[in-house]
Parts: sequence; structure tokens; C-alpha cells
Amino acid sequence: MSDKDPKEPSRRDFIFLATGAFAAAGVVGVAWPLVHQMNPDATALALSKIEVDISQLDRGQAITVKWRGKPVFIRRRTDEEIQMASRVDVNSLPDKNARNYNLSSDSSATDENRSLDESKEWLVMVGVCTHLGCVPKGQSLGDTKGDFGGWYCPCHGSHYDTAGRIRKGPAAKNLDIPMAEFINQNVIRIG
Amino acid sequence: MSKESTYIPKSGLSKWFDQRLPLQRMMHDNINAFPTPRNLNYWYTFGGILTFCLVTQIVTGIVLAMHYTADANLAFASVEHIMRNVNYGWLIRYIHAVGASMFFLAVYVHIFRGLYYGSYKAPREVLWILGVVIYLLMVITAFMGYVLPWGQMSFWGATVITNLFSVIPVVGTTITEWLWGGFAVDNATLKRFFSLHYLMPFMIFGVVILHIWSLHVTGNNNPVGVSVKEKQDTVPFAPYYTVKDAFSLVCFLILFAWFIFFNPNILGHTDNYIMADPLVTPAHIVPEWYLLPFYAILRAIPSKLGGVLVMGGAIAILFILPWLDTSKVRSATFRPLYKQFYWIFLVNCIALGYLGSQNPEGLFLVASRICTAYYFIHFLLVLPILGLVEKPKPIPESITKAVLEKIEIKNIKERRAEA
Amino acid sequence: MKRLKSKTLKKEERRLSSKNMSKLSIHKLTICVVFQILFVFFITAEVFAAGEQKRVKKHHWSFAGIFGHYDDAQLQRGFQVYREVCSSCHSMNYVYYRNLAEEGGPGFTVEEVKVIASEDMIMDGPDEYGEMFERPGKPSDIFVSPYANQNEARASNGGAYPPDFSVLAKARSTLRGFPWWFIDLFTGYQEQGVDYIYALLNGYSEPPTEFNLQSGMHYNEYYPGKQIGMGQPLYDESVEYADGTIASVEQMAEDVSAFMMWAAEPKLEMRKRMGFKVAIFLFVLAGLLYYSKKKIWARIEH
Repeated sequence: MSDKDPKEPSRRDFIFLATGAFAAAGVVGVAWPLVHQMNPDATALALSKIEVDISQLDRGQAITVKWRGKPVFIRRRTDEEIQMASRVDVNSLPDKNARNYNLSSDSSATDENRSLDESKEWLVMVGVCTHLGCVPKGQSLGDTKGDFGGWYCPCHGSHYDTAGRIRKGPAAKNLDIPMAEFINQNVIRIG
Repeated sequence: MSKESTYIPKSGLSKWFDQRLPLQRMMHDNINAFPTPRNLNYWYTFGGILTFCLVTQIVTGIVLAMHYTADANLAFASVEHIMRNVNYGWLIRYIHAVGASMFFLAVYVHIFRGLYYGSYKAPREVLWILGVVIYLLMVITAFMGYVLPWGQMSFWGATVITNLFSVIPVVGTTITEWLWGGFAVDNATLKRFFSLHYLMPFMIFGVVILHIWSLHVTGNNNPVGVSVKEKQDTVPFAPYYTVKDAFSLVCFLILFAWFIFFNPNILGHTDNYIMADPLVTPAHIVPEWYLLPFYAILRAIPSKLGGVLVMGGAIAILFILPWLDTSKVRSATFRPLYKQFYWIFLVNCIALGYLGSQNPEGLFLVASRICTAYYFIHFLLVLPILGLVEKPKPIPESITKAVLEKIEIKNIKERRAEA
Repeated sequence: MKRLKSKTLKKEERRLSSKNMSKLSIHKLTICVVFQILFVFFITAEVFAAGEQKRVKKHHWSFAGIFGHYDDAQLQRGFQVYREVCSSCHSMNYVYYRNLAEEGGPGFTVEEVKVIASEDMIMDGPDEYGEMFERPGKPSDIFVSPYANQNEARASNGGAYPPDFSVLAKARSTLRGFPWWFIDLFTGYQEQGVDYIYALLNGYSEPPTEFNLQSGMHYNEYYPGKQIGMGQPLYDESVEYADGTIASVEQMAEDVSAFMMWAAEPKLEMRKRMGFKVAIFLFVLAGLLYYSKKKIWARIEH
């Protein structure tokens, strides 16, 4: 026993602490690849941008495309639908935020801020109900469009208007608008 | 060891828990305080290394199963997907593939350590038999795992090995087709191999628990082979053997990392990077290196049924080893004759491994027959006779005395060297 | 300590100081002799096994060794050779255009890759009318394949399937022989496949007069059996390198081999870099543990 030397135990403690800390760092280093492997892989990331040809779409028609595994609603709205959406007072909406990833995060939910172009004809939204992730009805001609003429989620009865804003029901947010732009007059790039 | 528990709960919560589920007590008695012979050398650290290997294979295997597709048309591509697109997928797959080899490397060291120090002898027969069961399960698991990438070697390895079952008289073909789920190795075979490959490691895990349980009933053997007699023969497992095992493990990991990062494919076969083609057999079908000795034995026998039986016998004989060795002395240290035969046996096994990688023709065939014969001679003739004719060296009275003597001899040597 | 001096100890002392020492060396001598016999056996066996196939020489590659990394310019040239020569028959079904711009690859920019991809027409579909259609490639596409499927590839090449290039550099090897296969384990030599491809591309020559060459086959001394279905693919000036390098057969063979190695092992640089860090970590941890172990065991004789 080396009780005579008071330095001895502290030096020993130091080496044990250093060893323990080093081993712990190693465990963290090993854990990261095991966690990171579950993140979206390179193929998923590579497909995170899609280009959609919309040249065949007439007023009042809609298509649904798949983007990042989710449906994206692209709707070319009629004048009547645009007017319905524009008339609404933003302050009366349950969600006053535009939820538009092309704009700053505090933009208000006006129809201008929801539509893609200046004519306000084009509406591009992620077709996933902001309540619990179902796909709202309203894209097909025969679908029920809810009380506000836009979309209606059958899972828990959320009603969206013609600008995809939540008006009634359990959902708290407007439908998300993804990064999107016209790269020419016929093609929209999403993502 | 069926001793009094030394666990004292430190907090109120531990005490409350201890009265309801004495988990901490069990951990304390079986890990922290477990009395372990003080003279275990580094060959005894491979049990811990093997536990690490098993856990590594299970963890990386579960991860790989998240990305792998068990379908004959997609399996090969899904492995490449893991290698190229999954985040760190290449790392996890290489750990798993190299890990299988490292697992077998460690298990062979562990087995040969047991053979050298007579760890299979009374009262550790059940411990040894459980070990052989684990080894057998490992072989089956590794074989099935090798099929999953669906490369050429996967496919033809599976074909050759499953065809071994066709030697069973009368029902052989029926059994083989039952194993395949078809008339050849195909999609159905791949899917069931994947399912079983996922299941078996957990079976291994179960038997490992029995193996350790049995170890803790009999206590460790040790390099001297004398049983623990008094308290000073042992030290508590923690911290003495936790730190020794940890040091040994990290040294082992350096070798492991060398293969993962700087030579990940050398332990495998290049043909397995060619997608399985049921119409073309590769020029040389060889199993992974760790199964080569058995492959050499299989091919040394001219008859198909005979080859299968002898190869099975090569593993089966390990089960009865505790009763073949007639010597009461455990450690080879005190058995001058056995020690020599031990090394010859080891060289013979390595030679069998080499012969398994060569075409069974001419000189190689003769050599594999000699080595195969010697493998069995070692167990069936050498071991029983040695115990009767060998005159063992004097055995130390206790572990502690052996240790102190060893140090004394070292001192004498040093003094002589100085003089 | 003295009282512990047992009979064994005294005997051991005597053994150490007496003529019995020679017995020990005889034992060691036997082992040495056994190993020498085995060594000679292995060597002779390998010489017989090597037979006729010509040994492939080791070539110098930038990506070999512990600090190995790809030469971007070489990979770009190799890609050009693949695209202008090899890709008319050989597919690369696991490689994406986007890989060309990824870290540890040929170092094209994202914009360059978009242009490269758009130069190829990719079969896509079915569209909303159920028809397949062709469109310009995107970075997220797999390299365009010269044939629709294996059967078409076989039919177009006299029954021989031109192998996919994606992992070919890992699917080929050379005969190394004892003791090299053992030494290779610890030198990290893993360029057998790419050495073989390089040798093969340079290995075309006129067959010796006594050689019985089948019709439609070509003589190549590195190919197993020495006759190969593929005609000599590279001739001087087969491509015109953008960077002005002289396109000799050796140069193109080297470049395209390196490119194939990258295709087979795109994470090689990342792997080796990470491996170096892991090794340093493990050595330090081993040192710390060794020191801890010595401290803990200091007071226990063992």
C-alpha cells in the first residue's frame, strides 16, 4: 500500500477517469453511425426535387404528384375559386400564417401568399392533413370538397377552403406549401 | 458459485427493488464480486471478447435487416444499396461481414485455450458441451448469413451444403426439397435463410446465458488447472478482470478495425460480388476460411454419404471429448506428452484449413486424408492412451502457491542472468 | 517467501541450472522443423497449382495503402473512357450520375453532372397512357444501360454477357499464392481486382502459333484459359482526353481501371480516413487501459 504518498491515489484516479472518459467517447462515436443510418438515405435525398409538367392542366383541374413519398396537390383554380379565397378576412382564419416555405415564416395567410404565381391561378400544396396526416378529399371531380369548396379530410372532418387554409375541424394549420417554382411556363419544380 | 451473497443495497430505492426483483444483487454477485482465479492469463479474456462479438453481430445485423431485401431478384442490389446509399451503410455492413470472421477467430482461440488447459474436464463437462452447441449454432448462422448477399458463392455454397442432406437414404431428396422450398436453391430458400439467420443469434444468446450460468456454478478453470481452494486463490471479477478483459478487447478491436477499414474484403471471396447465377458455377467453390477444415474433411472421403458422416463426426466427437481424455490432470503445463500432441493437433487443424481451400486432387487429396485420419486419431487413440501412459509433472498444491513459485523462478532466472 | 519453497520449486531450480536445458531446445527444434516442412509443402503446392495462368504484376495506384485516395483527374479520364468506349456494351447498374459529384469521387461539379446526365436518354414510364417514354437523364438516375436486359446483352454479344461494371473491380482477383495470401492480410493489399483489369486490358496479343484459338475468341494471356470473348477494346487514341493527356492504351487502361475501382468502392476515401482516426483512438485507449490494468493489478501477484 502506498498510503505514504498522498499524490499516488490522485494520479491513479486520473488515469481511471481518463480511461473511462475515452471509452465513453468511443461509445458515442459508435452510436452515431447506428443512429444516422436511419435518416433518409442518398437515394431519398436525390429525389427530393421533382419537376412536373403542367401543360395539360386546364382551369378547374387538379393533379396529384408524389414528392418525398407524400402527395402534392397541384390545382389550377377557376376565377370563382380565386374570388372565394380572396374575399376571406385573414383575421377570421383559425391559422393566420401562410405556411409557405417560399416566403418568410411570418407571412400572413392571404390568398396572394398561398398561390404560386401572380395570376393566383396555381396552387401547389402538400396534400397531407395537418391534423394526423391523412390525405384530404377534393382532388377528383366527384369528391366532396367540404363546407368551403376546397378540400375535406374524411378522417376527422377538417374542412379546407379553396386556398387550402383550415376553416373548420380539428386540424390547426393550413396545408403546407412546399418550395416550388416555375422553371418555364410548362414545368413546375417542387423541392 | 453457491456462496452467500455479498450484495448490500446502498439506497432506499435499491433496497425496495432488491426485495421485489434482486436484479442488482444478481449482477453484483455474478459480475462485480464473482471470485475469479487470480492467475488467469490473456487467453482467458476471449470469453469476454466473444460476448462483445455476439452483441456486435446482433446490433449490426438488426441495422442491416432494416435496409436489406430478402428477395432473389433484389437481394444483391439491396446490399449494394446499403454500401452506396444508406448513411454509413458501408461501415455497418463491413463490421458485420468482418465481424463474422473475427467471431470465429475468437471462438477458435477460446476452444483451443480450453483444449490446452483441460477446461472440458470434470466438473466442467456441461460447460464444454454448451460451448460446442454454441459453436454449432454459430456455424449454421454464419452459413445462412453468407447466403443472404446472393452472390455466386452464396448461391453455390448453399447449393452444395444443402445437397449434403440428399445423402440420407430413402428420404434424402424429399428433405432437400423441403429445405429449399422448391427444386433448387431459389427465392423461397433465401427467404427462409434470412428468417432463420435473424432468429439463430438469439438462440445463441440463450445458450450463452446457460454457458455462463454453468461457468458460474463450477467457477473458472485456470492455467494451472488446480481448483480454487482458499479465498486468496481468487480476486473479485471487478475491477481485476473487467480491466484485463477490456484491455484485451481493445487490442482485439485494433485487429478488427484493421480489417474493416483497410482490408474489408480479403476475408471474403471475390466471386460473391457477382450476382448469383443458377446456370454458371464458379471455378472454385470454397466456404469462408473458418469452415475450411470441415470442408477438407468432407472432401477427403471418397463416398458422399461417408464424407457427410465423417464431417458430422468431426464436430460430434467434441461432445464426448470430456470422456475420451482419460487424464485427471487438467492443464497441459503438467502434461509433457499431451503438450506436444496438442501442438501437433493444432498444426493438423491449420493444415486441414489450408487443404480445404485447394482442389482435392493428387498430393492435396493424400494430405487431406492423412490429416483427417489424424484428427480422429488424436481424439480416439492419443487422448485415451496418453492418460494411461503419461507421467504428469508434480502439480502445485494451490493456485496461490503456483503463482508465488512462478515469481520465485522468475527471480532466480534474473539473478542467474545478472551473474 | 521461503516457507513457500516447495519441492517443485527446488526441482525447478535444479532443472534450470542443469543439463536439462537442452531438452527444451530439442522440443523447440521439432516445432521449427515441422513448420519448415509445411512451408516447403505450401510453396511446392502453390507452384503446381499456379499452372499456366500468367501472374499479374502489382501496379501502383493512388488509392492503395492506408492513406490512399482517388486521383480526381484520373477518375474523370477514366469516366471518359468508360463513357466513350466501354459503355456501349457494359452497364453500371448501381452507379448514379449524382455519384460523380459526391465526395471522394471524380470531383465533377453538380452543374457538370446535370449536363452529363442530360446527355443520356433514360427510359422512363409508364406515363398516364401506360406508355414507356424516353427523357433526358437526371442526376438521380442510374447510369444508362446499353441493353434493356441480360438476354438482349447476350444476344448482341454472341452469347457472352458483358459483365456489369459497378462492382467488377471487387469481383475479380489474381492468383496470389503462398505466402502472399497470408502476407496480404496484414499489408492491406486489396487492389488485386483492379490490377487484374489493368493487366487484362493491356494483355491482348497475337496467339502463339501452337495455340488453338476458337473462332470469335481473342487471345489474352491474363484471362483464365487465355481466350476471351471481348475483342481488344482500347487502341491508342481511342479517346481524346479533355485534359490533353496522351491517350495511350496503358494510360486509358490505367484510368478506366481506377474509375472502376471507384465505382466499386465509392466510400474508399471516407473509409480509410475514418480508419486512421479509429486506429489512433484504439491505440490511445489500449495504452490507457494497459496503464489502468497495471495499476489495479499492482498489488496482486499473478
